[in-house]
Amino acid sequence: MGTAPASRDVTSYGMGLAAPLALFFLVFFVAPLLQLLWLSLHNDTAALHWGLGQYIHFLTDPFSLGVLGSTLLLGAEVTAVCLVLGFPIAWLYQRVGPRLQTIIILIVLLPLLTSVVVRTFAWIVILGRQGIINATLQSLGIIDTPLKLLYTQFGVVIALAQVQMPLMTLPLITALGRIDPNLDDASCSLGAGSWRTFFRIVLPLSLPGVIAGCTLTYAAAITAFITQSLVGGGQMLFMPMYLYQQASTLQNWPFASAISIIFLLAVLAVVSVFTTLGRLSRGFGGE
Amino acid sequence: MSGRKRTLEAFSFEFVMTVTAIIALIIIIAPSLVVLIVSFTSGFSLRFPPPGYSLRWYAELWDAWQLHFAAKNSLIVALWATGLSVLFGVAAALAISRSQKLSARLLDSLFMSPLVLPALAFGLAALMLFSLVGMPVSPLTLVIGHTVVCVPYVVRNTVAALAQLEPTLLESSAVLGASRLYTFQRIVLPLIRPGIIAGAFIAFMSSFDNVPVSLFLRDAATDMLPIRMWQDLEGKLDVTIAALSSVLIIATVALVAIMERATGLSRRLTN
Repeated sequence: MGTAPASRDVTSYGMGLAAPLALFFLVFFVAPLLQLLWLSLHNDTAALHWGLGQYIHFLTDPFSLGVLGSTLLLGAEVTAVCLVLGFPIAWLYQRVGPRLQTIIILIVLLPLLTSVVVRTFAWIVILGRQGIINATLQSLGIIDTPLKLLYTQFGVVIALAQVQMPLMTLPLITALGRIDPNLDDASCSLGAGSWRTFFRIVLPLSLPGVIAGCTLTYAAAITAFITQSLVGGGQMLFMPMYLYQQASTLQNWPFASAISIIFLLAVLAVVSVFTTLGRLSRGFGGE
Repeated sequence: MSGRKRTLEAFSFEFVMTVTAIIALIIIIAPSLVVLIVSFTSGFSLRFPPPGYSLRWYAELWDAWQLHFAAKNSLIVALWATGLSVLFGVAAALAISRSQKLSARLLDSLFMSPLVLPALAFGLAALMLFSLVGMPVSPLTLVIGHTVVCVPYVVRNTVAALAQLEPTLLESSAVLGASRLYTFQRIVLPLIRPGIIAGAFIAFMSSFDNVPVSLFLRDAATDMLPIRMWQDLEGKLDVTIAALSSVLIIATVALVAIMERATGLSRRLTN
């Protein structure tokens, strides 16, 4: 009897099918990153002398550390704004009918798929000296001279928050959808008010979504160099542009490599902190 | 007394949440509307509201051969990168989706990692590797780089589609004597096709919009649309870019509408 074909698992495919992509990634993704690491461990541009010189240079240079610090801070600010604005969208989504749900989801989704340059350009139009905000404030007589909104930290944060909002809102919508609506009613009928129910029941239960959203938003905000450079202008320097200047304009590849590795590690550290929090919260959220 | 307090309390909560949500939705949608309106200005600046309306900047756009050239390059690279992503990504997704092996989980993390790593760092790394092995930057290096950063979208959406596939369907098909290839063609592929298409669509859009990888891996002759637009914006605020942006926004809305009908895109991204 042909027992061999019967015992063979027909519901899964061999790992061999992953081989082409694995090989492609090995050659064009893993190897380049290893070479980046290798070059960053050299003190000279010709890569003849091993050493930690590039890292020592970065970590003892107040300017470089300032760029790293302001980049990490920028990510935190953008993530906070996205969370505060994104959570109510996800909350509203669960409260409205299917038609409005589709409209909300499409409004949230569209920016995600619209070109980043286009979205950033829109903010230049809004925040500029003759932009909507200044024009409105001037016509209302609130200000005489245009406010400087473009090329400021405020401008970069608000533009990045809009650009990255879908990354926060989509996981939140998923997380809120998984919460049993009876819990809300139970909490209210037991005497807790809406605010209390929100902070004690809804928010803790949606933590996996909050954390997923924060991870995606943070990683995207600190690496979004188009928006950073166009809205931030020349005075504000963040890690991606710093990396690009060192690599492209100054051709200092070993230092650019070290910047890349430090930046990579910073992103990975943030992602793993969030992932650990997510694992802890999942026990909490009882998924 | 306490009943009124309760309703007031509930009202304040609903009011704050609803108003914040509406403000947030306006913030999301407003920039695109502003660009659409400004692109029809009759003036020379990006002043809002425009002093008058005309189609002059669309006429300018019609003649902007540099932008046409860049758009053509971006389109070709995006099509190649999407094609390769589907080819590699669907095969890999089939292999790792139902496997509990450690190797499958590790490969899954590897294939997803371009999504979180800074693309600029990858672009620089790839450029250094290509120059080390003596491979000059060209449309080919562009396609390779774009494929690396786009393939995660195809893998993720295909894996999600496969996860919803009933294993009993495959077993029944096998019991009835169908070969694996036949089962794949007649059962698996039709069922996961919307997932593959959704992944390919997102991959295409992200390739078409990519700057960080293109910045390092393109040659001087291959101008890419988002880079061209970015550099134009760094220099001067040209209203032609507003017209181009409007065309891109309308195209995106149309494509999303088609994809929503064909694949239920919004459900895929919230599950």
